[in-house]
Amino acid sequence: MLTEGSEKVQEKTICYHCGDDCEETPIQFEDRSFCCHGCKTVYEILNENDLCNYYDLEKNPGSSLRDKPDSDEYAFLDNNEIRNKLVDFASDTVCKVTFQIPKIHCSSCIWLLENLTRLNEHINASQVNFVKKEANITFDPGKISLRQVAELLALIGYAPNISLESYDKRDAKNSNRSLLIKIGIAGFCFGNIMLFSFPEYLGFEESYDLDFQRFFSYLNIVLALPVFFYSGSDYLVSAYKGLRRKFINIDVPIALGMVVLLARSIYEVFSEVGTGYFDSLAGLVFFLLIGKWFQSKTYENMSFERDYKAYFPLAITKIIGGKRKNVPINELKEDDEIMVRNGEIIPADSILISERSNIDYSFVTGEANPVTKAGGEYIFAGGRQVGESIRLLVKKEVSQSYLTRLWNNEIFNKQEISMTKRLIDVISQYFTIVILAIAAISGIYWAIYDPSKMWLAVTAVLIVACPCALALAVPFTSGSVQRVFGKLHCYLRGSDIVEQMMHIDAIVFDKTGTLTEIRDGQVEYVGKPLSQEEKMLLKKIVSSSIHPFSTKITDYLSQTKESKRVFKRFEEIPGKGIEAVIENTRVKLGSSKFVTGDDPGLNFLASYVFISIDDDVKGYFQMKSKYKEGLKQLIDKLKEKYTLMLLSGDNASEKNTLLKFFPANTTMLFEQKPADKLEFIKRLQKDGKKVMMLGDGLNDAGALKQSDVGIAVTEDTTSFTPACDAILEGSKLNRLFDLLSFIGISRKIVIAGFIISFLYNVIGLSFAVSGNLTPVLAAILMPLSSISVVAFATLTVNHLAKRRKLI
Amino acid sequence: MSVIFILIFLSLIVAVVFLYLFYRAVKSGQYDDTYTPSVRILFDDKKPDGPKREKKKSKKEKPNSSKT
Repeated sequence: MLTEGSEKVQEKTICYHCGDDCEETPIQFEDRSFCCHGCKTVYEILNENDLCNYYDLEKNPGSSLRDKPDSDEYAFLDNNEIRNKLVDFASDTVCKVTFQIPKIHCSSCIWLLENLTRLNEHINASQVNFVKKEANITFDPGKISLRQVAELLALIGYAPNISLESYDKRDAKNSNRSLLIKIGIAGFCFGNIMLFSFPEYLGFEESYDLDFQRFFSYLNIVLALPVFFYSGSDYLVSAYKGLRRKFINIDVPIALGMVVLLARSIYEVFSEVGTGYFDSLAGLVFFLLIGKWFQSKTYENMSFERDYKAYFPLAITKIIGGKRKNVPINELKEDDEIMVRNGEIIPADSILISERSNIDYSFVTGEANPVTKAGGEYIFAGGRQVGESIRLLVKKEVSQSYLTRLWNNEIFNKQEISMTKRLIDVISQYFTIVILAIAAISGIYWAIYDPSKMWLAVTAVLIVACPCALALAVPFTSGSVQRVFGKLHCYLRGSDIVEQMMHIDAIVFDKTGTLTEIRDGQVEYVGKPLSQEEKMLLKKIVSSSIHPFSTKITDYLSQTKESKRVFKRFEEIPGKGIEAVIENTRVKLGSSKFVTGDDPGLNFLASYVFISIDDDVKGYFQMKSKYKEGLKQLIDKLKEKYTLMLLSGDNASEKNTLLKFFPANTTMLFEQKPADKLEFIKRLQKDGKKVMMLGDGLNDAGALKQSDVGIAVTEDTTSFTPACDAILEGSKLNRLFDLLSFIGISRKIVIAGFIISFLYNVIGLSFAVSGNLTPVLAAILMPLSSISVVAFATLTVNHLAKRRKLI
Repeated sequence: MSVIFILIFLSLIVAVVFLYLFYRAVKSGQYDDTYTPSVRILFDDKKPDGPKREKKKSKKEKPNSSKT
């Protein structure tokens, strides 16, 4: 019989809920296997509520629940103040909230989350925004609390992500909506004006047609005004701002063209010499706005503006007179006592009250290994507690902590003004001057030979030379490149980043998390073979310790059973190792100095845990951080074109390994603090380098922001990334060279687009200077040039991307 | 021929009505999420009503009973 159960025939048993490998001990329930109790629970809940449709829509749609959330994780939502800030709307009977749910990934997710009301009748409605990975939930706060809603979501595997960021700013950006409305109005007017201009193109012959002509012309004026003043307002404002700063940007010639078009057309209508160029005006604005819309494609589910607020939790457990209370971390004051649980982030600089703690600073400093701190020591904010709960005494407010102070650096407050002038602005400066010169010369020429044609020719030059096609070449090329990159899992903040990437000549790498994969540190045993008995002893010792090396060795010894013998002594000495006596056997584990008494100089690889049993040194476990695949080939290609550098917050233990990847003269700096990294980039830029920085952690945040192009490398695009210009998926790092060389090609495409639009301009200008530009000619020529540039840019980018096997 | 004046006004009014509808659609957020509705429309509108539920349960029990 073929049911879902038949999957068991395969060698691996796959979890019916999440599709993970169930490993040795799948949990059986109703003929289905699950990898953990969490997954089984979700299935049970869904089954009870007749929601198993969830499993029909996609195969194994769930998310693994092996890391079960803490039961108190959402306790802070009971705090009224936090609750009020989080909800979108609240009354006594109706409450609306928008949760960020990173786990949303397939249509089953949408289906389940939109059927929440069947799981709990007090949830009235829920709607998912798949792209933003958000769920909008309406519930009855009298019957079910916000915390319960969050816990229900967590229970079915969709834990909402609530960070300090969601607390502080809750404004939805609606700029996209206003652009859409502008396009709608421009399109509407453009279409109608064309319709009303059509009779004119065919020619009015009879005398009574004159009434129509006038009627259509006045209608056109009415329709052109909203296009000019509303839809085109951005260009006028931008040109005005540019001129006030004595800088001719691309919007100056566009605005000039628009003003001349409108003025000349209105003049023609009122003086009854013609019907004007209203269709050209509306078409121009319409096409420009379309270009803007094409360029404005952003990845909504990704945030490129995150600061520490997205990384820090919203609330922390404060201890007041022995009682626990959840408070927003903004309210922490000096000398408050707080409790930090396993996996939680230390929110503020503080002093450790508990005896000992292991803190994972990998994300903040780039240090690969957790740091052990003893009671009374000063602890910097940002680390993640590993192991049991600890108590801390807050010494500095959150915003004044060492880590968060980095964001007070001027670089984070400065409005982003791109260092490199946009190519189009450089061209538009010359363009504007040349056009004005041509207009002036033809004006003078006609003033001498036929003064009646002077203004006709001057305005015609300004109208036809309007750099619509010119202005469209860059947005459409960059927009297409951005889309190609998106398919390769490299997400750019905006298409202007494409242009900034063209100028890069130096690349700075961070080590931890960028070049290395954090999760898969290989463990290897080197030394005398260990007997089964010895292995069991070791397993017993390492599983009693929460040091990450111990955890890794525990995983390595997963096939071995734990010894049943009892400890006589167990001592973990921070920074050194473990000394344990089990019955009569004395075992030492730890650094070579601690175990063997001397340093064997094994410095070419990363980390070692030496073992001695009854003072007999057996050997060591070797843990090397694994470098990303294809790194060597990537570096070999990159070093030809770019200056490569490396900055690491970690110690120099890997320097020799890194030298196998990088050329010998590479600058490598270790033990770099966040501020050091920022300064380093600044110095490079002072030397005239255009720097691209690749990093992943909070410690790179300053450097990423300072660099010309900052790329955040991440394993999972839904997880936290610091403020940056682009987000690159870690597995695609090896394609970096292909991406950069494609940028070079796109530059050529932009230039080719410029040439095409110049050719159109030459044709148009030859009509204009001779005083022969008719409205119908303008109405044909201007859209035609725009369309051909747009088509050329998008088609060539896609074609070349396919030929280079990028997509 | 003067009827054209009236007709053109009428056509403009109709067009403006559509423009207004577009405006309202944008303002109400219809274009904010263009992906999710495309998935949502494919879901079956199964309401958790009594008879269907029983039917589904009995279906599931069948393989169970045949196995034991």
